[in-house]
Amino acid sequence: MIAVVDYRMGNLKSVERGLRSVGADARITSDPAQIAAADAVVLPGVGAFGDAMASMNSLGETDAMRSAIADGKPFLGICLGQHLLFSDGVEGAPEGGTVKGMGLVEGVVGRIPNRDAAGKLYKIPHVGWNSIEGLKTPLFEGIPEGEHFYFTHSFMVPDTPHTIATTEHSVRIPAAIAVSDRVFGVQFHPEKSSDAGAKLLANFVHIVETIK
Amino acid sequence: MLTKRVIPCMDVKDGRVVKGVNFVNLRDAGDPIELAQRYDEQKADEVIFLDITATHEGRATTVALASRASEELHLPYCVGGGFHNIDDIRTMIAAGADKVSINSAAVADPSILTKAAALFGTQAIICAIDAKRVAGNANKWEVYVHGGRKATGIDAVEWAREAERRGAGEILLTSMDRDGSQDGFDIPLTRAIARAVNIPVIASGGVGKLEHFAEGIIEGEADAVLAASVFHFGTYTVRQVKEYMRSQGIPVRL
Repeated sequence: MIAVVDYRMGNLKSVERGLRSVGADARITSDPAQIAAADAVVLPGVGAFGDAMASMNSLGETDAMRSAIADGKPFLGICLGQHLLFSDGVEGAPEGGTVKGMGLVEGVVGRIPNRDAAGKLYKIPHVGWNSIEGLKTPLFEGIPEGEHFYFTHSFMVPDTPHTIATTEHSVRIPAAIAVSDRVFGVQFHPEKSSDAGAKLLANFVHIVETIK
Repeated sequence: MLTKRVIPCMDVKDGRVVKGVNFVNLRDAGDPIELAQRYDEQKADEVIFLDITATHEGRATTVALASRASEELHLPYCVGGGFHNIDDIRTMIAAGADKVSINSAAVADPSILTKAAALFGTQAIICAIDAKRVAGNANKWEVYVHGGRKATGIDAVEWAREAERRGAGEILLTSMDRDGSQDGFDIPLTRAIARAVNIPVIASGGVGKLEHFAEGIIEGEADAVLAASVFHFGTYTVRQVKEYMRSQGIPVRL
Protein backbone atom coordinates (compact mmCIF):
# COMPACT_ATOMS: atom_id res chain seq x y z
CA MET A 1 0.00 0.00 0.00
CA ILE A 2 1.19 3.50 -0.83
CA ALA A 3 0.21 6.04 1.83
CA VAL A 4 -0.86 9.43 0.46
CA VAL A 5 -0.23 11.65 3.46
CA ASP A 6 -3.17 13.87 4.38
CA TYR A 7 -2.18 16.85 6.50
CA ARG A 8 -5.61 18.45 6.38
CA MET A 9 -4.76 21.27 3.97
CA GLY A 10 -6.69 20.26 0.89
CA ASN A 11 -7.98 17.72 -1.53
CA LEU A 12 -5.74 14.77 -2.34
CA LYS A 13 -8.07 12.69 -4.48
CA SER A 14 -6.27 13.54 -7.70
CA VAL A 15 -2.99 12.22 -6.31
CA GLU A 16 -4.66 9.06 -5.02
CA ARG A 17 -6.47 8.53 -8.33
CA GLY A 18 -3.31 9.25 -10.30
CA LEU A 19 -1.48 6.48 -8.44
CA ARG A 20 -4.41 4.09 -8.68
CA SER A 21 -4.74 4.65 -12.40
CA VAL A 22 -1.20 3.28 -12.82
CA GLY A 23 -2.03 0.21 -10.75
CA ALA A 24 -0.98 1.19 -7.24
CA ASP A 25 -2.95 0.46 -4.10
CA ALA A 26 -2.88 4.07 -2.91
CA ARG A 27 -4.78 5.29 0.14
CA ILE A 28 -5.19 8.74 1.64
CA THR A 29 -4.35 8.61 5.32
CA SER A 30 -3.37 10.78 8.27
CA ASP A 31 -2.74 7.80 10.57
CA PRO A 32 0.95 7.77 11.63
CA ALA A 33 0.91 3.99 12.11
CA GLN A 34 -0.42 3.45 8.60
CA ILE A 35 2.14 5.87 7.15
CA ALA A 36 5.04 4.19 8.94
CA ALA A 37 3.86 0.72 7.88
CA ALA A 38 3.14 1.55 4.23
CA ASP A 39 5.25 0.16 1.36
CA ALA A 40 5.86 3.73 0.22
CA VAL A 41 4.84 7.26 1.08
CA VAL A 42 3.64 10.07 -1.16
CA LEU A 43 3.52 13.56 0.30
CA PRO A 44 1.34 15.82 -1.87
CA GLY A 45 1.62 19.57 -2.00
CA VAL A 46 -1.19 21.67 -0.64
CA GLY A 47 -1.05 24.77 1.54
CA ALA A 48 2.01 26.69 2.69
CA PHE A 49 5.34 25.42 4.09
CA GLY A 50 4.89 26.68 7.67
CA ASP A 51 1.25 25.59 8.02
CA ALA A 52 1.90 22.17 6.49
CA MET A 53 4.86 21.48 8.77
CA ALA A 54 2.88 22.54 11.86
CA SER A 55 -0.03 20.35 10.84
CA MET A 56 2.17 17.33 10.06
CA ASN A 57 3.97 17.68 13.38
CA SER A 58 0.77 17.92 15.40
CA LEU A 59 -0.71 14.87 13.63
CA GLY A 60 2.46 12.83 14.29
CA GLU A 61 3.04 12.43 10.55
CA THR A 62 6.54 13.92 10.42
CA ASP A 63 7.98 11.22 12.68
CA ALA A 64 6.03 8.53 10.83
CA MET A 65 7.49 9.67 7.50
CA ARG A 66 11.01 9.87 8.94
CA SER A 67 10.61 6.36 10.25
CA ALA A 68 9.32 5.07 6.89
CA ILE A 69 12.28 6.66 5.11
CA ALA A 70 14.72 5.27 7.72
CA ASP A 71 13.22 1.83 7.05
CA GLY A 72 14.15 2.19 3.37
CA LYS A 73 10.64 2.85 2.05
CA PRO A 74 10.36 4.79 -1.22
CA PHE A 75 9.08 8.34 -0.88
CA LEU A 76 7.77 10.91 -3.34
CA GLY A 77 7.17 14.52 -2.35
CA ILE A 78 5.10 16.58 -4.78
CA CYS A 79 5.48 20.38 -5.06
CA LEU A 80 5.28 21.55 -1.43
CA GLY A 81 5.92 17.88 -0.53
CA GLN A 82 9.33 18.29 -2.21
CA HIS A 83 9.95 21.58 -0.39
CA LEU A 84 9.26 19.94 2.98
CA LEU A 85 12.20 17.54 2.49
CA PHE A 86 14.50 20.52 3.02
CA SER A 87 15.74 21.89 6.34
CA ASP A 88 14.24 25.38 6.09
CA GLY A 89 11.61 27.40 4.24
CA VAL A 90 10.74 31.07 4.10
CA GLU A 91 7.04 30.55 3.22
CA GLY A 92 4.89 31.27 6.25
CA ALA A 93 7.90 32.43 8.31
CA PRO A 94 8.18 35.86 9.94
CA GLU A 95 9.79 38.44 7.63
CA GLY A 96 13.48 37.63 7.21
CA GLY A 97 13.20 34.31 9.07
CA THR A 98 12.64 30.67 8.18
CA VAL A 99 10.61 27.74 9.48
CA LYS A 100 11.97 24.23 9.89
CA GLY A 101 11.21 21.51 7.38
CA MET A 102 11.81 17.75 7.63
CA GLY A 103 15.51 18.35 7.06
CA LEU A 104 16.51 15.41 4.86
CA VAL A 105 18.40 17.91 2.72
CA GLU A 106 20.17 21.03 3.98
CA GLY A 107 18.98 24.18 2.28
CA VAL A 108 16.45 26.98 2.31
CA VAL A 109 13.32 26.89 0.15
CA GLY A 110 12.95 30.48 -1.09
CA ARG A 111 10.95 32.68 -3.42
CA ILE A 112 11.39 32.39 -7.17
CA PRO A 113 13.06 35.64 -8.22
CA ASN A 114 10.88 37.72 -10.57
CA ARG A 115 13.86 38.89 -12.65
CA ASP A 116 16.52 36.98 -14.54
CA ALA A 117 20.24 37.81 -14.50
CA ALA A 118 19.68 40.39 -17.26
CA GLY A 119 16.90 42.11 -15.29
CA LYS A 120 14.03 40.85 -17.44
CA LEU A 121 10.73 40.50 -15.55
CA TYR A 122 8.99 37.13 -15.23
CA LYS A 123 5.46 36.40 -14.05
CA ILE A 124 5.19 34.81 -10.62
CA PRO A 125 3.59 32.36 -9.75
CA HIS A 126 5.35 30.14 -12.28
CA VAL A 127 2.16 28.63 -13.72
CA GLY A 128 1.74 26.29 -16.63
CA TRP A 129 3.49 23.58 -18.58
CA ASN A 130 7.26 23.85 -18.67
CA SER A 131 9.88 21.58 -20.20
CA ILE A 132 12.32 19.70 -18.00
CA GLU A 133 15.91 18.82 -18.81
CA GLY A 134 18.91 16.92 -17.47
CA LEU A 135 16.75 13.95 -16.49
CA LYS A 136 18.44 11.39 -14.26
CA THR A 137 17.46 8.26 -12.29
CA PRO A 138 14.81 5.59 -13.03
CA LEU A 139 12.10 8.07 -11.98
CA PHE A 140 12.40 9.50 -15.52
CA GLU A 141 12.72 6.15 -17.32
CA GLY A 142 11.13 6.46 -20.76
CA ILE A 143 10.45 10.20 -20.35
CA PRO A 144 12.22 12.21 -23.07
CA GLU A 145 14.37 15.27 -22.41
CA GLY A 146 12.25 18.39 -22.86
CA GLU A 147 8.97 16.71 -21.85
CA HIS A 148 6.42 19.16 -20.40
CA PHE A 149 4.94 18.97 -16.90
CA TYR A 150 2.46 21.20 -15.09
CA PHE A 151 3.95 23.60 -12.54
CA THR A 152 2.23 26.04 -10.22
CA HIS A 153 4.39 27.59 -7.50
CA SER A 154 5.99 30.75 -6.13
CA PHE A 155 8.72 29.05 -4.07
CA MET A 156 11.56 26.77 -5.16
CA VAL A 157 14.13 24.46 -3.62
CA PRO A 158 17.82 25.41 -3.88
CA ASP A 159 20.06 23.64 -6.37
CA THR A 160 21.98 20.85 -4.61
CA PRO A 161 23.85 17.74 -5.77
CA HIS A 162 20.47 15.98 -5.40
CA THR A 163 18.92 17.75 -8.40
CA ILE A 164 17.84 15.21 -11.08
CA ALA A 165 15.89 17.52 -13.42
CA THR A 166 15.67 21.25 -14.00
CA THR A 167 13.35 23.73 -15.64
CA GLU A 168 13.84 27.36 -16.69
CA HIS A 169 11.87 30.41 -15.66
CA SER A 170 13.55 33.58 -14.34
CA VAL A 171 16.30 31.26 -13.10
CA ARG A 172 17.08 27.57 -13.44
CA ILE A 173 14.70 25.78 -11.06
CA PRO A 174 15.30 22.26 -9.73
CA ALA A 175 12.31 20.33 -11.12
CA ALA A 176 13.08 17.11 -9.27
CA ILE A 177 15.47 15.80 -6.62
CA ALA A 178 16.70 12.39 -5.48
CA VAL A 179 17.83 12.27 -1.86
CA SER A 180 18.69 8.58 -2.34
CA ASP A 181 17.88 5.86 -4.87
CA ARG A 182 14.33 5.80 -3.49
CA VAL A 183 13.52 9.16 -1.91
CA PHE A 184 12.37 11.69 -4.49
CA GLY A 185 10.76 15.09 -4.77
CA VAL A 186 9.21 16.76 -7.82
CA GLN A 187 8.33 20.43 -8.19
CA PHE A 188 5.67 19.81 -10.84
CA HIS A 189 2.34 18.04 -10.39
CA PRO A 190 2.46 14.60 -12.04
CA GLU A 191 -1.20 14.04 -11.10
CA LYS A 192 -2.09 17.09 -13.26
CA SER A 193 0.39 16.42 -16.06
CA SER A 194 -1.68 14.19 -18.30
CA ASP A 195 0.16 11.25 -19.94
CA ALA A 196 3.66 12.42 -18.99
CA GLY A 197 2.59 12.65 -15.35
CA ALA A 198 1.05 9.18 -15.45
CA LYS A 199 4.34 7.82 -16.81
CA LEU A 200 6.30 9.38 -13.94
CA LEU A 201 3.87 7.99 -11.36
CA ALA A 202 4.12 4.58 -13.03
CA ASN A 203 7.92 4.79 -12.76
CA PHE A 204 7.66 5.58 -9.05
CA VAL A 205 5.24 2.69 -8.52
CA HIS A 206 7.67 0.44 -10.40
CA ILE A 207 10.47 1.52 -8.04
CA VAL A 208 8.18 0.70 -5.10
CA GLU A 209 7.39 -2.76 -6.53
CA THR A 210 11.09 -3.49 -7.15
CA ILE A 211 12.06 -2.65 -3.57
CA LYS A 212 9.10 -4.26 -1.80
CA MET B 1 10.77 27.03 -21.44
CA LEU B 2 7.39 27.91 -20.00
CA THR B 3 4.80 27.39 -22.71
CA LYS B 4 1.78 29.57 -23.45
CA ARG B 5 -1.46 27.90 -22.44
CA VAL B 6 -4.61 27.22 -24.42
CA ILE B 7 -7.68 26.88 -22.22
CA PRO B 8 -11.13 25.71 -23.35
CA CYS B 9 -13.92 27.16 -21.23
CA MET B 10 -17.22 25.37 -20.65
CA ASP B 11 -20.38 27.05 -19.42
CA VAL B 12 -21.99 24.65 -17.00
CA LYS B 13 -25.56 24.76 -15.72
CA ASP B 14 -26.92 22.18 -13.28
CA GLY B 15 -23.88 20.03 -13.95
CA ARG B 16 -24.32 20.04 -17.75
CA VAL B 17 -22.48 21.86 -20.50
CA VAL B 18 -24.69 24.46 -22.08
CA LYS B 19 -24.25 26.52 -25.27
CA GLY B 20 -24.28 24.12 -28.18
CA VAL B 21 -21.53 21.64 -28.05
CA ASN B 22 -21.16 20.13 -31.48
CA PHE B 23 -18.59 17.45 -31.10
CA VAL B 24 -18.39 14.18 -32.92
CA ASN B 25 -18.06 10.87 -31.10
CA LEU B 26 -19.03 12.08 -27.67
CA ARG B 27 -21.10 9.58 -25.74
CA ASP B 28 -22.71 12.41 -23.83
CA ALA B 29 -22.19 15.88 -25.31
CA GLY B 30 -23.52 17.52 -22.17
CA ASP B 31 -21.05 15.89 -19.79
CA PRO B 32 -18.37 18.43 -18.78
CA ILE B 33 -15.96 15.69 -17.71
CA GLU B 34 -16.14 13.78 -20.97
CA LEU B 35 -15.65 17.00 -22.92
CA ALA B 36 -12.68 17.98 -20.73
CA GLN B 37 -11.09 14.56 -21.31
CA ARG B 38 -11.46 15.08 -25.03
CA TYR B 39 -9.71 18.43 -24.71
CA ASP B 40 -6.98 16.75 -22.64
CA GLU B 41 -6.38 14.37 -25.56
CA GLN B 42 -6.10 17.42 -27.84
CA LYS B 43 -3.41 18.85 -25.52
CA ALA B 44 -5.47 21.49 -23.77
CA ASP B 45 -3.32 22.87 -20.94
CA GLU B 46 -6.18 23.23 -18.49
CA VAL B 47 -9.93 23.73 -18.58
CA ILE B 48 -12.33 26.14 -16.95
CA PHE B 49 -15.85 25.24 -15.86
CA LEU B 50 -17.86 28.42 -15.65
CA ASP B 51 -20.87 27.85 -13.43
CA ILE B 52 -23.91 29.74 -14.67
CA THR B 53 -26.27 27.92 -12.33
CA ALA B 54 -28.56 30.23 -10.47
CA THR B 55 -30.20 27.93 -7.96
CA HIS B 56 -28.93 26.52 -4.70
CA GLU B 57 -29.65 22.94 -5.81
CA GLY B 58 -27.78 23.55 -9.05
CA ARG B 59 -24.80 24.77 -7.08
CA ALA B 60 -24.56 21.45 -5.25
CA THR B 61 -24.38 19.80 -8.68
CA THR B 62 -21.40 21.99 -9.56
CA VAL B 63 -19.62 20.97 -6.37
CA ALA B 64 -20.29 17.34 -7.28
CA LEU B 65 -18.86 18.05 -10.74
CA ALA B 66 -15.67 19.52 -9.22
CA SER B 67 -15.36 16.43 -7.06
CA ARG B 68 -15.78 14.07 -10.01
CA ALA B 69 -13.28 16.12 -12.02
CA SER B 70 -10.65 15.70 -9.30
CA GLU B 71 -10.95 11.95 -9.71
CA GLU B 72 -11.31 11.67 -13.47
CA LEU B 73 -9.27 14.51 -14.97
CA HIS B 74 -5.48 14.47 -15.22
CA LEU B 75 -5.07 18.14 -16.05
CA PRO B 76 -5.62 21.28 -13.98
CA TYR B 77 -9.08 22.76 -13.86
CA CYS B 78 -10.64 25.94 -12.57
CA VAL B 79 -14.21 26.51 -11.46
CA GLY B 80 -15.54 30.01 -11.92
CA GLY B 81 -18.74 31.80 -11.05
CA GLY B 82 -21.15 31.70 -8.16
CA PHE B 83 -18.77 32.49 -5.32
CA HIS B 84 -20.27 34.80 -2.73
CA ASN B 85 -17.97 34.25 0.23
CA ILE B 86 -15.00 32.34 1.61
CA ASP B 87 -17.15 29.35 2.49
CA ASP B 88 -18.23 28.95 -1.15
CA ILE B 89 -14.56 28.97 -2.17
CA ARG B 90 -13.59 26.56 0.59
CA THR B 91 -16.30 24.12 -0.52
CA MET B 92 -15.07 24.16 -4.13
CA ILE B 93 -11.38 23.77 -3.21
CA ALA B 94 -12.29 20.97 -0.79
CA ALA B 95 -14.17 19.28 -3.63
CA GLY B 96 -10.90 19.27 -5.56
CA ALA B 97 -10.83 22.35 -7.81
CA ASP B 98 -7.23 23.40 -8.49
CA LYS B 99 -8.28 27.00 -8.91
CA VAL B 100 -11.33 29.16 -8.50
CA SER B 101 -12.06 32.33 -10.43
CA ILE B 102 -13.76 35.10 -8.50
CA ASN B 103 -15.43 38.04 -10.18
CA SER B 104 -18.33 40.04 -8.66
CA ALA B 105 -17.62 38.89 -5.09
CA ALA B 106 -14.09 40.28 -5.30
CA VAL B 107 -15.28 43.64 -6.61
CA ALA B 108 -17.89 43.81 -3.82
CA ASP B 109 -15.28 42.95 -1.19
CA PRO B 110 -11.65 42.82 -2.39
CA SER B 111 -10.53 41.36 0.96
CA ILE B 112 -12.03 38.05 -0.21
CA LEU B 113 -8.97 37.72 -2.50
CA THR B 114 -6.59 38.31 0.41
CA LYS B 115 -8.38 35.82 2.63
CA ALA B 116 -8.69 33.18 -0.09
CA ALA B 117 -5.01 33.52 -1.08
CA ALA B 118 -3.92 33.17 2.55
CA LEU B 119 -6.09 30.09 3.04
CA PHE B 120 -5.65 28.27 -0.27
CA GLY B 121 -2.52 29.80 -1.81
CA THR B 122 -2.12 32.49 -4.42
CA GLN B 123 -1.87 29.89 -7.20
CA ALA B 124 -5.46 28.78 -6.50
CA ILE B 125 -7.04 32.22 -6.81
CA ILE B 126 -7.89 33.74 -10.19
CA CYS B 127 -9.46 37.15 -10.32
CA ALA B 128 -11.85 37.31 -13.28
CA ILE B 129 -12.36 40.77 -14.75
CA ASP B 130 -15.08 41.66 -17.26
CA ALA B 131 -14.02 44.92 -18.89
CA LYS B 132 -15.75 47.22 -21.35
CA ARG B 133 -14.18 50.10 -23.25
CA VAL B 134 -15.22 53.52 -21.97
CA ALA B 135 -16.97 55.37 -24.80
CA GLY B 136 -14.80 58.00 -26.42
CA ASN B 137 -11.62 56.84 -24.71
CA ALA B 138 -9.35 54.42 -26.55
CA ASN B 139 -7.28 53.49 -23.50
CA LYS B 140 -9.78 53.20 -20.68
CA TRP B 141 -11.87 50.22 -19.69
CA GLU B 142 -14.49 49.88 -16.98
CA VAL B 143 -15.12 46.83 -14.80
CA TYR B 144 -18.56 45.24 -15.06
CA VAL B 145 -20.04 42.69 -12.65
CA HIS B 146 -23.00 40.32 -12.41
CA GLY B 147 -22.34 38.68 -15.73
CA GLY B 148 -21.64 42.02 -17.40
CA ARG B 149 -24.97 43.54 -16.45
CA LYS B 150 -23.77 46.07 -13.92
CA ALA B 151 -21.21 48.85 -14.42
CA THR B 152 -19.00 49.65 -11.43
CA GLY B 153 -17.16 52.81 -12.43
CA ILE B 154 -13.91 51.02 -11.55
CA ASP B 155 -10.96 51.28 -13.93
CA ALA B 156 -9.99 47.80 -15.17
CA VAL B 157 -6.23 48.39 -15.10
CA GLU B 158 -6.36 49.77 -11.56
CA TRP B 159 -8.52 46.85 -10.46
CA ALA B 160 -6.08 44.32 -11.95
CA ARG B 161 -3.25 45.93 -9.98
CA GLU B 162 -5.28 45.83 -6.79
CA ALA B 163 -6.26 42.19 -7.39
CA GLU B 164 -2.58 41.29 -7.68
CA ARG B 165 -1.75 43.23 -4.52
CA ARG B 166 -4.61 41.45 -2.74
CA GLY B 167 -3.22 38.03 -3.57
CA ALA B 168 -4.74 36.90 -6.88
CA GLY B 169 -2.38 34.49 -8.66
CA GLU B 170 -3.77 35.07 -12.16
CA ILE B 171 -6.10 37.44 -14.00
CA LEU B 172 -8.79 36.06 -16.30
CA LEU B 173 -9.55 39.04 -18.50
CA THR B 174 -12.68 39.12 -20.67
CA SER B 175 -13.38 41.91 -23.11
CA MET B 176 -17.12 42.49 -23.11
CA ASP B 177 -16.84 44.43 -26.35
CA ARG B 178 -15.34 41.43 -28.09
CA ASP B 179 -16.99 38.51 -26.29
CA GLY B 180 -19.00 36.52 -28.82
CA SER B 181 -17.89 38.77 -31.71
CA GLN B 182 -15.29 36.44 -33.26
CA ASP B 183 -13.34 39.61 -34.13
CA GLY B 184 -10.36 38.68 -31.95
CA PHE B 185 -9.21 39.74 -28.49
CA ASP B 186 -9.22 43.40 -27.47
CA ILE B 187 -5.46 43.72 -27.89
CA PRO B 188 -4.94 47.17 -26.29
CA LEU B 189 -6.93 46.06 -23.23
CA THR B 190 -5.07 42.75 -22.92
CA ARG B 191 -1.69 44.44 -23.29
CA ALA B 192 -2.57 47.18 -20.80
CA ILE B 193 -3.48 44.61 -18.15
CA ALA B 194 -0.60 42.24 -18.96
CA ARG B 195 1.86 45.12 -18.52
CA ALA B 196 0.19 46.42 -15.37
CA VAL B 197 0.60 43.22 -13.35
CA ASN B 198 3.32 40.68 -12.69
CA ILE B 199 0.99 37.68 -12.49
CA PRO B 200 -0.14 35.61 -15.50
CA VAL B 201 -2.99 37.00 -17.61
CA ILE B 202 -5.47 34.79 -19.44
CA ALA B 203 -7.01 36.57 -22.44
CA SER B 204 -10.67 35.87 -23.15
CA GLY B 205 -13.43 37.10 -25.42
CA GLY B 206 -13.58 37.31 -29.17
CA VAL B 207 -11.56 34.55 -30.84
CA GLY B 208 -12.90 33.37 -34.16
CA LYS B 209 -9.78 32.66 -36.20
CA LEU B 210 -6.46 30.93 -35.61
CA GLU B 211 -4.64 34.25 -36.00
CA HIS B 212 -6.50 35.64 -33.00
CA PHE B 213 -4.91 33.13 -30.62
CA ALA B 214 -1.41 34.15 -31.69
CA GLU B 215 -2.30 37.86 -31.55
CA GLY B 216 -3.44 37.50 -27.94
CA ILE B 217 -0.02 36.17 -26.98
CA ILE B 218 2.28 38.15 -29.27
CA GLU B 219 0.52 41.52 -29.39
CA GLY B 220 -1.66 41.26 -26.28
CA GLU B 221 1.27 39.83 -24.26
CA ALA B 222 -1.07 37.38 -22.52
CA ASP B 223 0.27 34.22 -20.89
CA ALA B 224 -2.70 32.09 -21.85
CA VAL B 225 -5.63 32.25 -24.27
CA LEU B 226 -9.15 31.08 -23.54
CA ALA B 227 -11.87 30.15 -26.00
CA ALA B 228 -15.20 28.38 -25.90
CA SER B 229 -17.33 28.16 -29.00
CA VAL B 230 -14.57 27.63 -31.58
CA PHE B 231 -13.63 24.49 -29.65
CA HIS B 232 -17.14 23.31 -28.78
CA PHE B 233 -18.40 23.75 -32.34
CA GLY B 234 -15.35 21.93 -33.63
CA THR B 235 -14.18 24.88 -35.75
CA TYR B 236 -10.68 24.13 -34.50
CA THR B 237 -9.21 21.49 -32.25
CA VAL B 238 -6.93 22.63 -29.46
CA ARG B 239 -4.13 20.84 -31.31
CA GLN B 240 -4.75 22.86 -34.49
CA VAL B 241 -4.63 26.07 -32.49
CA LYS B 242 -1.37 25.07 -30.84
CA GLU B 243 0.18 23.98 -34.11
CA TYR B 244 -0.67 27.37 -35.55
CA MET B 245 0.74 29.16 -32.49
CA ARG B 246 3.95 27.15 -32.80
CA SER B 247 4.23 28.14 -36.47
CA GLN B 248 4.15 31.75 -35.27
CA GLY B 249 7.07 31.13 -32.93
CA ILE B 250 5.04 30.77 -29.72
CA PRO B 251 6.25 28.04 -27.31
CA VAL B 252 3.44 25.51 -26.79
CA ARG B 253 3.18 21.97 -25.45
CA LEU B 254 2.27 19.52 -28.20
